[in-house]
Amino acid sequence: MKRVQFEHSAIPYMFIAPQIIIIVVFFLWPAAQAVYQSFLLEDAFGLSSQFVWFRNYSDTIFSGAWLQAAGFTIVFSTLVTFLSLGLALLLAVKANEVIRGASTYKTLLMWAYAIAPPVAGLMGNLMFNPLIGDLYIFMNSIGFDFDHKLDPYDAGFVVVLISVWKQVSVNFIFFLSGLQGIPKGVQEAALMDCKSSTRRFWTITFPLLAPTTFFLMVINITYAFFETFGIIDTTTQGAPGGATTTLVYKVFQDGFRGADIGGSSAQSVVLMIMVLVLTVIQFRFIEKKVHY
Amino acid sequence: MERVPISTHIILIIGALFMTLPVWVAFATSTHAPETILREGLQFWPGAHFFETYNEVLFVEGGVMKKVTATTMLKNSMILGVGFAIGKVVISMLAAYAIVYFRFRLGVPLFWIIFMTLLLPLEVRIIPSYEVVANMGLLDTKAGLIIPLIASATGTFFFRQFFKSVPDELLEAARLDGATAWGFFIDILVPLSKTMIAAILIIMFVVGWNQYLWPLIMTTKEENYTLVIGIKQIYQVLNEGGELPQFQKAFALTILATLPPVLVVLIFQRWFVKGLVESEK
Repeated sequence: MKRVQFEHSAIPYMFIAPQIIIIVVFFLWPAAQAVYQSFLLEDAFGLSSQFVWFRNYSDTIFSGAWLQAAGFTIVFSTLVTFLSLGLALLLAVKANEVIRGASTYKTLLMWAYAIAPPVAGLMGNLMFNPLIGDLYIFMNSIGFDFDHKLDPYDAGFVVVLISVWKQVSVNFIFFLSGLQGIPKGVQEAALMDCKSSTRRFWTITFPLLAPTTFFLMVINITYAFFETFGIIDTTTQGAPGGATTTLVYKVFQDGFRGADIGGSSAQSVVLMIMVLVLTVIQFRFIEKKVHY
Repeated sequence: MERVPISTHIILIIGALFMTLPVWVAFATSTHAPETILREGLQFWPGAHFFETYNEVLFVEGGVMKKVTATTMLKNSMILGVGFAIGKVVISMLAAYAIVYFRFRLGVPLFWIIFMTLLLPLEVRIIPSYEVVANMGLLDTKAGLIIPLIASATGTFFFRQFFKSVPDELLEAARLDGATAWGFFIDILVPLSKTMIAAILIIMFVVGWNQYLWPLIMTTKEENYTLVIGIKQIYQVLNEGGELPQFQKAFALTILATLPPVLVVLIFQRWFVKGLVESEK
């Protein structure tokens, strides 16, 4: 809040109106619809519907397919988050050390941010294409019986690899800006006290990067939940047998392909609750950061 | 200063190769004939079919989709990227101005409504959102494509933060000079925010260009496809099999869909990093 403010009655409403109108029409109303529909059961022709309390929830959430998707989402998010954070942190630390060629390295490591997930997905899909894909041929030549169309673990490997590849650049940018934010004085003092660069990293640098890391964890989990939709849709499409279906992909599949509005809505509501939890964690953490 | 060990460079070079090689291979392969690709697999050096492939994809009807050319999709992607970026900056600046510079009764609740958009990503309200846009008759229109996407909280938070850092004396002085609310906004606040606006425009252009799920469900006609949606179509064509698979065209399409946002990021690298790091905070 500003100390000095305008005191008009109608003008601020005009300024804020465009955003609020769009939010009410395209965010709040659809979200309310999703909640409402999650309690309804439509007949096969969509002519009449019936209020069924939590039946859609119990039907979908305790179904094998949903539990499978939830399990995959957890494993997938964990792998993507840790692998892409680890890789990006290593590269950022190294890029922060070099002087010669530093800006070239930075550019080459961050530019992939601009590539859309589905584009990365199609590229990766072609690299693993059984007819022409060198990666497919390579995996088989080193002794794996690799077939991502049939084997769930191989399919998972492809999706994780592409998702990590796509996310490294964002994490790299944030880690590098975090590293550059560490005061020179602290770095020099650490250099005098501690000869081993590995120990210096784990005792000084890494704790100072903790806020960035935590923030990035939330960002990465959100990415793995939602934005990987485009990657999955252009690689495995959730196959084989739903082994690479994330919760978000399942909402889409059930709602659009399966036309199961009630079940899809119930899944949406569960996802809303998950986002809420993530956001609360994020904000409690940011509050703490203020006291640093 | 310590000497930089050679292992540091090796790690960085491997990292840079990991990030760039796939795109380079995609480009190199796109310049070969389909027979060559099918016989020899992916290519690491450019071939002789650059003009042929890209000409066919960009300008020949039926070259890549049933009817539209990649030029049309390029245009649609550009409209989405630019429209999304400008729309987002305009509405979030206006809203942030109202929140920071005015005291009004509904100020706080409205701020919370804006905040709530963080809890409702498109993916959790996808089917009802589609129904709303369909009922308004906005399927396959530019307005229906762009407007539902521009109202999220991040832009508003970003400008709110920036406006708060603007000294109060500016408004005092402007009021002494008899500035109106609109005059202060246009003549003082907007020029002051120039670098912030540029940074956000760059980020949002990339985000808009790369939209997938929303354009996917609300465009049905080919002439409205963006390049990123074209990716999905070519994926399906390749999977259906049939005659000689046109891998070179699929690769060419990924390169075309990648090039504009990558160029924007490379040219405006400093602003881009600033926009990204500041807006996500």
